[in-house]
Order: sequence, then C-alpha cells, then structure tokens
Amino acid sequence: MLSIKNIHASIDGKQILKGLNLEIKPGEVHAIMGPNGSGKSTLASVLAGREEYEVTEGSVEFEGKNLLELSPEERAKEGLFLAFQYPVEIPGVSTTNFIKAALNEKRKYQGLEPLDAASFLKLLREKAALLELDKSLLSRSLNEGFSGGEKKRNEIFQMAVLDPKLTILDETDSGLDIDALRIVAKGVNTLHNADHSIIVITHYQRLLNYLQPDFVHVLMNGRIVKSGGKELALELEEKGYDFIKEELQESLTA
Amino acid sequence: MDTIRTEYLEERFKELQSAQTGSALQNWRSEGFKNFNKLGLPTLKNEEWKYTGISRLFTKDYTIPSKKDNVIDREIVDKTAIPGASGMEHLVFVNGKFNKDLSSFQSNDGFEICSLEEAFNGKYHEDAEAYFNKSSLFIKDGIHALNSSFMNESVFIKIRKNYHATKPFYFDHIFDTTSNHLLASPRILVVIEENANVQMIGSYYTHGSMDSFSNEVMEIVVKENARLEYYKIQNDTPNGSHTGTTHIRQIGKSYVHTVNISLNGGMIRNNTDIIMEEQANEAHMYGLYFLKGNTHVDNHTLVDNTKPHCFSNELYKGIIDEHATGVFSGKIYVRPDAQKINAYQSNKNILLSDTGTINTKPQLEIYADDVKCSHGCTVGRLDDEALYYLRARGINKDLAKSMLLKAFADEIVMQIKIEQLKEYVETQISDRLQLAD
Repeated sequence: MLSIKNIHASIDGKQILKGLNLEIKPGEVHAIMGPNGSGKSTLASVLAGREEYEVTEGSVEFEGKNLLELSPEERAKEGLFLAFQYPVEIPGVSTTNFIKAALNEKRKYQGLEPLDAASFLKLLREKAALLELDKSLLSRSLNEGFSGGEKKRNEIFQMAVLDPKLTILDETDSGLDIDALRIVAKGVNTLHNADHSIIVITHYQRLLNYLQPDFVHVLMNGRIVKSGGKELALELEEKGYDFIKEELQESLTA
Repeated sequence: MDTIRTEYLEERFKELQSAQTGSALQNWRSEGFKNFNKLGLPTLKNEEWKYTGISRLFTKDYTIPSKKDNVIDREIVDKTAIPGASGMEHLVFVNGKFNKDLSSFQSNDGFEICSLEEAFNGKYHEDAEAYFNKSSLFIKDGIHALNSSFMNESVFIKIRKNYHATKPFYFDHIFDTTSNHLLASPRILVVIEENANVQMIGSYYTHGSMDSFSNEVMEIVVKENARLEYYKIQNDTPNGSHTGTTHIRQIGKSYVHTVNISLNGGMIRNNTDIIMEEQANEAHMYGLYFLKGNTHVDNHTLVDNTKPHCFSNELYKGIIDEHATGVFSGKIYVRPDAQKINAYQSNKNILLSDTGTINTKPQLEIYADDVKCSHGCTVGRLDDEALYYLRARGINKDLAKSMLLKAFADEIVMQIKIEQLKEYVETQISDRLQLAD
C-alpha cells in the first residue's frame, strides 16, 4: 500500500533524508526507530505533505497513487493519517466542529453525503469512549489547554473517527504517562486491522510492548540502516544505537 | 486631483440657520460652524488623522438635507433594517434626521424620546445644558465641528431611573442618495439614569448609487449603577462613508460594554470614547473590522481614567483583505488621581493580501503611579502551523483558512449579547468566508 523508493528530502537547503526505502503492505505495523536528528519526523512530514520540506529525489506511491503530487488534504482524504508529535492548539475552533469538517470533507471526496447529526454524534461518543476522552473536551477549542496526554489521545480519537488506511504515529508516546500510554495503545490496537497499516515512529521500546510491530527499522543519517523483527527493538533498548554504528563501521571497513 | 470644496458649506449653513430661526440649536450651530472655519478639515498632518485622508471626501458637492428632507419609503426601511428590528424600539433616521412616523417604539414610563430642541426648551433643560456637546472637549477637530454646524432634527433620549429595557433601542440610519451626494449629520444625546439597564444598536445604510457621508455625534451619559451595551454595526455599501463619535461618560459607578463591527463601507472613522468620571467604573470595548475591496476603517478609542479603581478591557481585531485599510489608535489616559486602575488593551490583525494595509498605534499616558496597564498589538498572517494541521486532516486549504478566520472573528462576535444581532453578524461573516452554517 505504501512504497517509498530512494527518497531524498531537505528543509531550508539542508539534506535530511538521503535515499530512504520502505515497503508497507496492508495491515502491517512498522516501527521506525533512530537517534535524534536521524530524520524520523522528517519522514512523517514528507509523507503528510508539509510544504516546507522539499523532496529532491525518489518516489512515494500510496495505494497506487503518486503521493508526492497530492496536497496534504488530498493525502488525508486518500486515507493517510499523521498523529502529530506536537498537536497544534487552535483557539476558537471546537474539536467537534473540526472533526465534523474533516469527516465531511473526506466523505465528499469519497462521493458520500455528509453524516447526519445523530450518526455523527453517535460515532463521536463511541470513539471518545474508546480513548477515554472526556466529553467536555469535544466542545472545547481544539487542543487549547489540553494536557499532553489529552492532546495525544485526541490525535488517536481523530484517527478513530476518520478511519484511515495508513496511520503514522510520530512519537505519540513522548510525554505520556503509563496510563495514557496504555489508553493510546489500546485505541491503536482496536483500530488496527488487515486494511489499516501503521508506522510507529518512536525513540523507545515501551510503546512497542503494546503495539507489537511486524518490522522494526533503524533510521540513521537519513537512511534505513537496519531492519528486523520486533526483537530488534529490544536489542536497541538494551544496547543503544552504538552497536549498529559499530556494525556499520565494520561493514564499511570490511 | 480634484480640489477640496468647502465654500458651498457656508451657503448651506446660512440656509439652514435662516430656516430655523428661534431654534434652541441655533447658537450651538453657529458655534460649530465658527469652529469648523477655524479648524478646517483635518489633514494627514494632524496626528489624529495621520492615516485617514478624510478631506478627499470633500472633493464633491454634497447636498445637505433641508428641514423636512427625511422621508423614505417604509418598504426600504423594512427591507434594510437588521433582523429582529420589529421587536426593538426602532428609531429611524433618514439623511441624519429623526423620522418619528417611520419609527416604531412603545413609549412608557421607562424612557422618553424627544427632539433636542424640546429637551432644551422643556423639562429636560438641565440635562441638555449639562451634557450636550461635551464631546467637543475631547474631539477637537473640524469633523466634529461640522456635525455641530449641521445637526438638525436631532434627538434626546432619557432612560429613566431603574428602567430595565426589555427591547434594545435600534438607531437605524438610512441615507437616500438616489439623486445626489449626501452629507448627513445625525446627533443624539442619551442620558441613562441611575440603575437603568439598556442595550443600543446603531446601523448605517446608503440607499442609492450616489455617495453618502454621514458624520455622526452620539453622546451618552451613564449614571450610578446603570448598565449600557452599545453595538455599532457597519455593513454599508462602498459608497457609504462615515465618521462617528460615540462619546460615553460614566459619571456614576457603572458598567459599559461596546462592540463595533465594521464589515463594509467606504471610508469610515469611529471615535469611541469612554470617560470614567467616577470611582470603580467598568468598561469593556470590542471591535472587529473585517474588510475587503477599498474599504478603509479607522478606529480611534479613548479610555480616560480620571478616578481610582476603574477597570477597562479593550480588544480590537482586524482582518484585512484585497486593497482595504485598517487603522487602530487606542489611547489610555490615567489621570493623577486615578490610582489602582486596571486598563488593558489589545489589537490583533491578520493581513490576507499584499495590497492591504494596517496601521496600529497604542498610546498610554499614565500620570498615576499605582496602576496596572498593558497594551499589545500584532499584525500577522494566518498561522501556518494551524493551517497545516487542519489540512493534514483532509480539510481543504480554503476551508481551513475560513475556519481559522471565523475563529479569529468569533472572539469579538460572541461579545454581542443580543442573540438575533449576533446571528446576523455571524451570517454576514460566514457568507464572506463561504462557510455553511
């Protein structure tokens, strides 16, 4: 469903991604780990279509479409969802109105009628319950004054309502206490299915204890330098990234 | 460039005075015209008019309506009034002059409406003498003097002690420019007595394809424990220009809440003055100017703290598109006796086009040492982070922009406490932004 080939990307003239390849099939969970500055969040931004990033080389195909030609909103409507590392506070736009607009834009794109008020509220209530999100948050301004945990749960809540095909969790676990982490993981697991693939970008193993990735990739200096199963994450947790650096060094000198 | 023509004003002034010999306003008008001749039209060199070239409106000959030239078809009044007008004390002013026949209000023990002349000559003599034209001590320019020169069929309103008005008072200004350019000079004096509670609305509509220039002076006196809400709604045609002074004196400890919404018009200047003449006065002032085309809106505000423990909070927001211009100048005076006051002011602007202009100027003059004052102003574009966030959820760029602008404007719109008026303004803004509901 997602095929990233030799992607190079830069921001403000600085090259961040330097030939990244990644194949994701329907229903797979891929974890991307790597030290700070390795390009993890850049990958998320490039996939979501953030305009400040320039793709200088390579291609990204999503469900048979050239993803890089699509605007951020088209990508979202095609079924791509980015859970932000730092969800933006938007005063004056209520969470409910925001999600309603997003959902109806997507339905319009799919040739569907807007959801009627009763069905929409039912959907909202159901998904809010899944994320144990206080209903009062829904009428408040989007993310304004939300705690860190509430913001992250709100991201997953939006994912639940919009029902994407591919979700990118950009350090969703950062800043979460153990209870919030459990709720977020439960939400993601509930919504993960054979047609819904997930990319988990993270520093730490702890979220992966809950999400059980099919593949773990190590991103360093703008490229995936090692891939493996979920045991790779445990190894990284134990040994840090140095052992991979050493491996790389060895392969270069060999 | 066309030359500025003021000589015809002299002629019209003499006509008006000779048609109204014996009027209680004669001397006031003479005084006004004397001042006008002395002061002249403000130029850009005048600090208070630095960004608003009002004199260029005087390159054409305006008709100044004669005494009874205040008639218009009732149909037009009905069609152009704001929604809900039928449930208000609806006071219709045509060409700047009060028209009682077109107005509809239910006189009762709570309030009285009469002409300014009647006030001066009758039982409200003391009020008129005490409160009339005090705004000229603050707004000392030729535009204010011009209103005093040509005020005619002006109105005095008394809101009596303890009266809690159940209906808003709606000052509905209509200018008939079907056959000529028009200079209108509406003049209103309102006295709100102790413990009274009243909501007021002003709106402006130019009917016809020629230009209107309405030059209004509204003076409102608020006494002890009274409460005033004043809403000025400007959604006129591009050929409707306006200068208006709303001069509010809080002479007793009282509460004032003003909201000024400017959506459409030609060149507009609003002076909103709050003079706090008693301890512990409280005032809240809000403004929204959401402009496009060549509309020019200049908001000058003044909060004058003369006594201790007063509180004022002021928030004006602007959205400027196309070739429009927004000006904000907010003055806060804290006089030497006004200790322990709180005065806050904020002006926030979003520029949507490269051809739009914003000028913003906060001015604090503080002569007391134990006060809390703050001011701030911002001019920016839409928040890119917020825009990206909305788009990343599948919301089209245009819709995302509209949602953010609506949210920006809503902070002011929700300060309108008359439900139907709020809905009307919301609809106007949603239509502009092409937003459904």
